[in-house]
Amino acid sequence: MSDHISSSSWTVSTRTRGSAFSMLAILALVALAFTAPLFVSRSVVQDLFFILTMLVLAQCWNLLAGYAGLVSVGQQAFVGFGAYAMFAGVSLLGMDPMAAILLGGLAALALSVPTAFFVFRLQGAYFAIGTWVIAEIVRLSLAQWKALGGGTGTSLPSGATRDMIGVRLVADLLGVRGPQATDIVCYWLALLLAVVTIGSIYKLLRSKQGLGLAAVRDNREAARSVGVDPTWTKSFVYLVAALATGLAGALIYVQKARISPDAAFSVPDWTAYVIFIVVIGGIGTIEGPIIGVIVFYILQNLLADYGSWYLLILGLIGILVMLFAPRGLWGLFTDRTGIQLFPVRRILAGQPKPKDIRGSD
Amino acid sequence: MPILALDQVSKSFGALKVADQISFALEKGEALGVIGPNGAGKSTLFNLITGNIRVDAGTIRFDGEDVTRQPPMARCLAGVGRTFQIPQPFEQLTVFENLLVGGAFGSRKTEKDVGERCADILVETGLYPKANQLAGSLGLLQRKRLELARALATDPKILLLDEIAGGLTEGECQELVETIRNIHRRGVSIIWVEHVLHALNSVVSRLVVLHFGRVIGDGDTETIMASKDVREIYLGIDV
Repeated sequence: MSDHISSSSWTVSTRTRGSAFSMLAILALVALAFTAPLFVSRSVVQDLFFILTMLVLAQCWNLLAGYAGLVSVGQQAFVGFGAYAMFAGVSLLGMDPMAAILLGGLAALALSVPTAFFVFRLQGAYFAIGTWVIAEIVRLSLAQWKALGGGTGTSLPSGATRDMIGVRLVADLLGVRGPQATDIVCYWLALLLAVVTIGSIYKLLRSKQGLGLAAVRDNREAARSVGVDPTWTKSFVYLVAALATGLAGALIYVQKARISPDAAFSVPDWTAYVIFIVVIGGIGTIEGPIIGVIVFYILQNLLADYGSWYLLILGLIGILVMLFAPRGLWGLFTDRTGIQLFPVRRILAGQPKPKDIRGSD
Repeated sequence: MPILALDQVSKSFGALKVADQISFALEKGEALGVIGPNGAGKSTLFNLITGNIRVDAGTIRFDGEDVTRQPPMARCLAGVGRTFQIPQPFEQLTVFENLLVGGAFGSRKTEKDVGERCADILVETGLYPKANQLAGSLGLLQRKRLELARALATDPKILLLDEIAGGLTEGECQELVETIRNIHRRGVSIIWVEHVLHALNSVVSRLVVLHFGRVIGDGDTETIMASKDVREIYLGIDV
């Protein structure tokens, strides 16, 4: 980590014992994930795609709730709006799906500007309700869009994803059939999105703005008094989270290739599960959602055959974790071991000049 | 030109007048004490000066500029530093990070540029041994010191101290007074709200007396302390 301050007497760094090792381990893991399609089956690639896209959504929600104190229950607005913008790009404008994913992200970003204007006037629980109401308004509006199937939804034009940039190349190189090559390309995009999202969030938290964000979260009035602008800081985070959420939504629906308002704006799929992932993993850490998404995936597979018991058990686990391990599974782990994969603490080291030393009690 | 000038500043919460046409000015480098019984509007006065509360009427000028309508962030950048009566640390950040926030945002610099100065302030305020501890884990004395240290990190031209000596032991108080004297000596103007009068009077040379949101006395320390009004209202002594 290069950005540490050094002078004759003081040094500041965010490095911890083992952080170089954990960085290497993360790089190795990303490299392994990149090569995974070469040696795992198509269904595993699809599962990994699901894990990675949920991870992106979870990181975004965690950034909002865990770092900026913005508890949104309306992130499905950006998933659905990004997905619908992607569909419009492909079906109505004839864009390549990959370009349309970018369009989806930008559309979600554009939606977040007026949304922020309204919901930032609300505090706490009212903010949460406000975000939900806006998501419902967007859902009901898009259900009126007859060209994209109205309330019943529509599918991507046949062949659209097979002709996506890179799919033919992957099919030829790996010797796989079209649909499988589409899955592999989508998976790599999901991996790229997850890495860029986590990397950007980590960079943000280590920056001056990240410090300001933490200050606003801890004490808004005091932050204002030392020169931090809470509105600007929170707006920035809200917009960035909307962009990444929109990209993830668009990507998810390229892979699904079928959309309907109820599915694209689903509260359980894009918000409740996401909150569950963040809460059980550990809110306010980058590691938490990573642990949470893995636990969520395992639970989903174990409980897939139990119908609505599945939701009941998820809810129960969520409540138990909130009561007995409010900082989540990662919180339990890091409290016992002190290990951090993504350290953000600014640690001051060094000695004052001898004449300056004054005792504290 | 005074560094800070209040002109007919008023504020009401409902029917309660917490600031009633307050006017006074502070010269550059001056140290002013503000005294008055509980509920006289001393903390409100600070919140009006820093912009955490908006005035109903009147103007506040800082360094010649009208800041009456400016938000707290802008006033902090202009050079108004303050401590809170009830310490308001960023609890999930370390002591050092608390100062970094003040330094980086309050004087519009990069973290890198302010790191060393923040470390020096930690030494000056005696918080250096606690630098890497969470601010939420500090006791009262250290929280008060952190208030002072964080305000200093913003590189203020004027420092507003809100009952920073309250609740400290005699020894701790002496140390704090020494620190504040040093800060004043460096040219920082000070307004200090305090009930611990001997601490206050060992630093300031002028006192303003507030009572029910009004200024009822303004003058050098000896005159004010000797005045009949102050002894009756503030000290509750029959003369």
